[in-house]
Amino acid sequence: MTSSTETIHELANQKYKYGFVTDIETDSVPAGLSEDIIRLISAKKQEPEWLLEWRLKAYRHWRTMAEPRWPKVDYPTIDFDRIVYYSAPKQRPKLDSLDEVDPELLKTFEKLGIPLEEQKRLTGVAVDVVFDSVSVATSFKDKLGELGVIFCSMSEAVREHPDLVRKYLGTVVPYTDNFYAALNSAVFSDGSFCYIPKGVRCPMELSTYFRINAAGTGQFERTLLVAEDSSYVSYLEGCTAPQRDENQLHAAVVELIALDNAQIKYSTVQNWYPGDEQGKGGIYNFVTKRGICAGVNSKISWTQVETGSAITWKYPSCILKGDGSVGEFYSVALTNHFQQADTGTKMIHLGKNTSSTIVSKGISAGKGQNTYRGLVRIAKSATHARNYTQCDSMLIGDRCGAHTFPYIEVNNNSSQVEHEATTSKIGEEQLFYCRQRGLSEEDAVSLIVNGFCKEVFRELPMEFAVEAQKLLGISLEGTVG
Amino acid sequence: MLKVSNLQARVDGKMILNGLDLEVKAGEVHAIMGPNGSGKSTFANVLAGHEAFEVTGGTVEFEGKNLLEMEPEERAWAGIFLAFQYPVEIPGVGNTYFLRMALNAIRKARGQEELDSVAFMKVLREKVKLLKLRDDLLKRPLNEGFSGGEKKRNEILQMALLEPKLAILDETDSGLDIDALKIVADGVNALRDGTRSVIVVTHYQRLLDYIVPDHTHVLYKGKIVKSGGKELALELEEKGYGWIQESHAA
Ligand SMILES: Nc1ncnc2c1ncn2[C@@H]1O[C@H](COP(=O)(O)OP(=O)(O)OP(=O)(O)O)[C@@H](O)[C@H]1O
Ligand SMILES: [Mg+2]
Repeated sequence: MTSSTETIHELANQKYKYGFVTDIETDSVPAGLSEDIIRLISAKKQEPEWLLEWRLKAYRHWRTMAEPRWPKVDYPTIDFDRIVYYSAPKQRPKLDSLDEVDPELLKTFEKLGIPLEEQKRLTGVAVDVVFDSVSVATSFKDKLGELGVIFCSMSEAVREHPDLVRKYLGTVVPYTDNFYAALNSAVFSDGSFCYIPKGVRCPMELSTYFRINAAGTGQFERTLLVAEDSSYVSYLEGCTAPQRDENQLHAAVVELIALDNAQIKYSTVQNWYPGDEQGKGGIYNFVTKRGICAGVNSKISWTQVETGSAITWKYPSCILKGDGSVGEFYSVALTNHFQQADTGTKMIHLGKNTSSTIVSKGISAGKGQNTYRGLVRIAKSATHARNYTQCDSMLIGDRCGAHTFPYIEVNNNSSQVEHEATTSKIGEEQLFYCRQRGLSEEDAVSLIVNGFCKEVFRELPMEFAVEAQKLLGISLEGTVG
Repeated sequence: MLKVSNLQARVDGKMILNGLDLEVKAGEVHAIMGPNGSGKSTFANVLAGHEAFEVTGGTVEFEGKNLLEMEPEERAWAGIFLAFQYPVEIPGVGNTYFLRMALNAIRKARGQEELDSVAFMKVLREKVKLLKLRDDLLKRPLNEGFSGGEKKRNEILQMALLEPKLAILDETDSGLDIDALKIVADGVNALRDGTRSVIVVTHYQRLLDYIVPDHTHVLYKGKIVKSGGKELALELEEKGYGWIQESHAA
């Protein structure tokens, strides 16, 4: 009889299923970063002067900054001069339907199990595909247009809605915020822009699938989402990348703005290439995501399922400025082999009667290292603020690690902060129980881990929850224990 | 059906089973009794393939196959079912979902078609009716927050659904009220069709009024030290284990 740990290692050694490279001719700028490169990027994108100036300011500021070393992750020094900062698929005429989309691209999505047409037809999800930095397909635009909803690529927004972009870009995450946010501000290639007008409840989930494709190209996405008074939107972000040897840097910035009584639900499934069994390759995912509940009784919910990347460094945060505003963070982070994740959230309470909920589920397997890092700050002005934090870690095998760093700062005494944390090993008795009932070890682990993550999955929109469970299942084949 | 010869097993370096012999024929019900810590649960777990218990000697044959070489799930597929003395809780996993996964895993392994949710619910409802289980227990996470008696009844529901060839009940009667005891016994008796066998581990002869054993055994210090018919259970109830321990020691 093989011991369960042996089987676990076998399971953990299955290959990354989404490892493939799509060959689309790219149009890249030379490697390295200088003011000239930034001017070139801006020119290629035919940007207005103010944006170029903003990029240059960000670049100059970035030059004065050092890479952060406080996260509990370990990686070789990144040579920023070897990165190609811009790459776009060759210009194509505007597309009216998916039939006109590059068949190579469609094949890619098929392999990912994301048939666009099916999605459009069956689920009514509007899909804006960001493929290697430039959007190549946008759908449901007309329907959204009738409601005044803007959902387009950032480049298009800069052209078509410059005033809106100028008003909000960098207001939640200024270019001075951190090293990677500064870099992103200087070189961001594309991303999504969303604007929900006053009183509009966006009738469909807005969805973007990201892919990192050209070899050695760091991807710098910039997403800006504005929800006007009393509007509602649910935004889905999912991604997976082809297998490669070289580490790829990804430094996205996402900014959310919720005005009075507005609600934004932002869900992410992240499944980028995590590197191989020896820890070689994989994506470096250094992301700055932040939302501001600027208006009264507004609400921002972040839900994330993080199964990919060699290194994840990400703290989707909420600034609760409006009185009575609500921030939520639901997270599943899974690390296997040599994957490292340092993730969590910041809830900054400024307004009165603001409340926040944090539910974090960390799963470590192989030699994976999983860190929860969370800050709950309650300002003096935030009277009667409330926070509830639940932070659970599950260990699979005995070579992985889980770490928790909760930071709590309370500056008034009418507020309430609750923190619960648990760490458990996946139960031998639970596994045995499932196997005694006929489940294979792999299915048993997947079942138990999915159960462990239930509180997070139920926050995801239906179709996304199914996909997330599938991804977790796939990652567990390479993570199981 | 099941032939156990000279079975020896240890846990944490400590010998628990010391040459256990037992033969169970198709259709038979065997009761195993014995003082606390004598190795009853260990025996049940070894039969089911728990890896914490290391088999150091002896053989176990199940329907002509070497059981000891099989993985726990392979034993389940072959028809072995263990109703646990302490069923574990699995947070976040719906009871009904689990039941369907288990049944389909076993059906698949046996080359039967998997049941879709409609067909499954039909089968499930039948069994639930038989066991008079409250509906809400099906919707809740597996065993989570179930009372002791509810957990035991849920074990029997699983047994009824999976229709094993050999069911091992480890103190399923402990903690059950009288009505539940009868329901559990009905569940077990419904399974009996002349080919399926049952091993009942119990401390009380009361259960054996409802599930009448063909053979009763006393397990003591990891060995079967006395076997008899149904009346042995009565005798044990009356006299305790002292007399057996003395005669065994002598
Ligand atoms: N995992 C374990 N680690 C260490 N000792 C164990 C373990 N499991 C069982 N034992 C020991 O093995 C012996 C037999 O235990 P077992 O559970 O088989 O007894 P039992 O006959 O079922 O008792 P009871 O009637 O109380 O249920 C006991 O001394 C117990 O402490
Ligand atoms: Mg016992």
